[in-house]
Amino acid sequence: MDELEKMLLMQIADLHKVPDGAYNIRSNGASEGRKSTPHIRIENRTDGKAGIDIFVSGETKGESVHIPVVITKTDYRETVYNDFYVEDGADVLIIAGCGIHNCGQAGTEHSGVHTFHLGKNCKVRYVEKHYADGDGSGEKVMDPQTVMYLAEGARMEMETTQIKGIDSTVRTTRAVLEAGADLVIREKIYTHGSQLAKTDFAVQLNGDGAGADIVSRSVAAGDSKQEFELRIDGNGKCRGHSECDAIIMDNAHVTAVPALAANNVDAELIHEAAIGKIAGEQLLKLMTLGLTEGEAEEQIIKGFLS
Amino acid sequence: MLELQHISFAADDGNKEILNDVSLTVKERFVAVTGPNGSGKSTLAKIIAGILQPTEGKILFNGEDITPLSVTERARRGISYAFQQPVRFKGITVKDLVSLAAGRKITVGEACTYLSEVGLCARDYIDREVNASLSGGELKRIEIATVLARGTALSVFDEPEAGIDLWSFQNLISVFEKMHQKTQGSILIISHQERILNIADKIVVIAGGRIEKQGTRDEVLPNLLAGRVCAALQN
Repeated sequence: MDELEKMLLMQIADLHKVPDGAYNIRSNGASEGRKSTPHIRIENRTDGKAGIDIFVSGETKGESVHIPVVITKTDYRETVYNDFYVEDGADVLIIAGCGIHNCGQAGTEHSGVHTFHLGKNCKVRYVEKHYADGDGSGEKVMDPQTVMYLAEGARMEMETTQIKGIDSTVRTTRAVLEAGADLVIREKIYTHGSQLAKTDFAVQLNGDGAGADIVSRSVAAGDSKQEFELRIDGNGKCRGHSECDAIIMDNAHVTAVPALAANNVDAELIHEAAIGKIAGEQLLKLMTLGLTEGEAEEQIIKGFLS
Repeated sequence: MLELQHISFAADDGNKEILNDVSLTVKERFVAVTGPNGSGKSTLAKIIAGILQPTEGKILFNGEDITPLSVTERARRGISYAFQQPVRFKGITVKDLVSLAAGRKITVGEACTYLSEVGLCARDYIDREVNASLSGGELKRIEIATVLARGTALSVFDEPEAGIDLWSFQNLISVFEKMHQKTQGSILIISHQERILNIADKIVVIAGGRIEKQGTRDEVLPNLLAGRVCAALQN
C-alpha cells in the first residue's frame, strides 16, 4: 500500500496500521488484506457480484470489523455489495468508509451497497466516513446504500459522515424494525463548491416497542445543493423521531422533505426540521472573545458537525 | 482606562436618538451604569464592545482611539463583553467555549476552576453543549465564566444579575472582586440592582440617552434611592 492509500485510510477509518480484529481492505477493486477471527468470518460472495459476506457469530462481544475502501485510480467505477449476517445476541462494531483520491480528468465512482441482517437482541454500531480529494477535474461520486433488517430487540447505531471532497452523492438508507428493535442514525454532511448531496431515509417500524431516532446535521456552503428526504412509517405501537438541521451559507440550496406515516393509533412520530444561516449573535459572541469573523464561522461549523 | 468622548447614537437611519453626548471615563475598579429601561444603557455597552458604531464621538482605550476598530480588534486589545442574553450554540460544549474565551486549549481542571467560580458543578457541565438544554440562569453563569477566562483589563457586563436568582448576589459580587484582584482592571456593570450599585466605586445614571449624574457611590446612591422611593410612591 502506498502513502496516498495510507493517507486515505487515515481519513476514513483513523487507521495508522493494520487494524486489530477482523478486517478487509479493498484498494482499487482488489483485496489488499483480509483477516477473519474465531467469531467474525469474512468471505467472498458466491453470487458473482463484487464484495464480501461478513458473518458475525452470537459469541461476539465488543469486537470490531474494519472494511475500508480506497480508490486512487481515475476513470474507475465500481459497485460493491457487502452483506452482514449478525447472529442473535452479538455485540459488534463495524467500521466502513470510502476514500477516493482522483487527480485525473475522468470520474471515479464507488457505490457501496451494505445490507445488514441483525438477529434478535444483537447490538451493532456501524460507522462510515466518506472522503475524497485530488485536484483533477474528474468527478468523485459515492452513492452508498444501506439496508437494515432488525429482528426483535436488535439495536443498530449508525454514524455516517461526509465531510469533504465528494462531488455528488445519493445516500439511500432503508430499515425495517421488528418489535423492540431500536435504530439510531446520526448523519453529518458538509458540502461546498458545486457539490450535490442527497439523502433518502425510509424506516418501517413494524413491531410494538420499535423505535427510531434519526438526526441529520448538515452545512451547505458555496453553490452546493443538499436534499434531505425522510419517511418513517409507524405500523405498530412504536416511536419515531427525526430531526434535520441545516446551516445554509453563500449561494447554497437546501431542501428538507420529511414525511411521517402513522398506520397504528399508538404510533408516536415526531419530526423537527430547521434550515437557517449562522446567527449573527453567534458570530458576535465569538468575536467578543477575540476571534475573527472567519474563525468564528469555522468554530460554529466545527461544533455543529462534531 | 476607557474614555468615552461625546458619544451619540441614533437608530433608524439617524431618526431615533438613543444616546446623546455621553462622556465618561472608566478607570475605577467597579463602575455601575444604571437608569430606567430604554435609557440607552445596553446601547452604551454595545458601543464599547464595538457591536454598534456611534454616530458621533470617540472611544479611547488606554490612550488609543479604538472608535474605528472591529469587535475582534477591541477584544484582542483587552475588552470583554458579557451579553445580557447569552447566545446558544449547537454542538459547542461549555469547555470549548471557555477554551475559546481563554484563547488556548485549557485543561479540564482550568475549565472547572472558572465554572466553580460561577457556582456550577464543573463535572456536570464541561461536556454539555451550550444549547437550549441549558436554562437561562445556567447560560448566564457560563457567559460570566467566559469573561473570567479572558481576564482582560476591561470587562463589561450587561445586567449580569438577570436570571441568576438561584445563585446569590453575594457570589456574583465575589466573582467581580476576584476578577479585579486577578486583572487589576476595571469592571463596568449595567445594573438596576441596589446590591450591585452598593459595591460600585463610581455610579453613572443614564436617562433619556444622556448622563443625568455621575460620581462616587456616596455622591450618587443616596439621591438615587430616594428618587426611586418617590417614583414608587407616585406610581
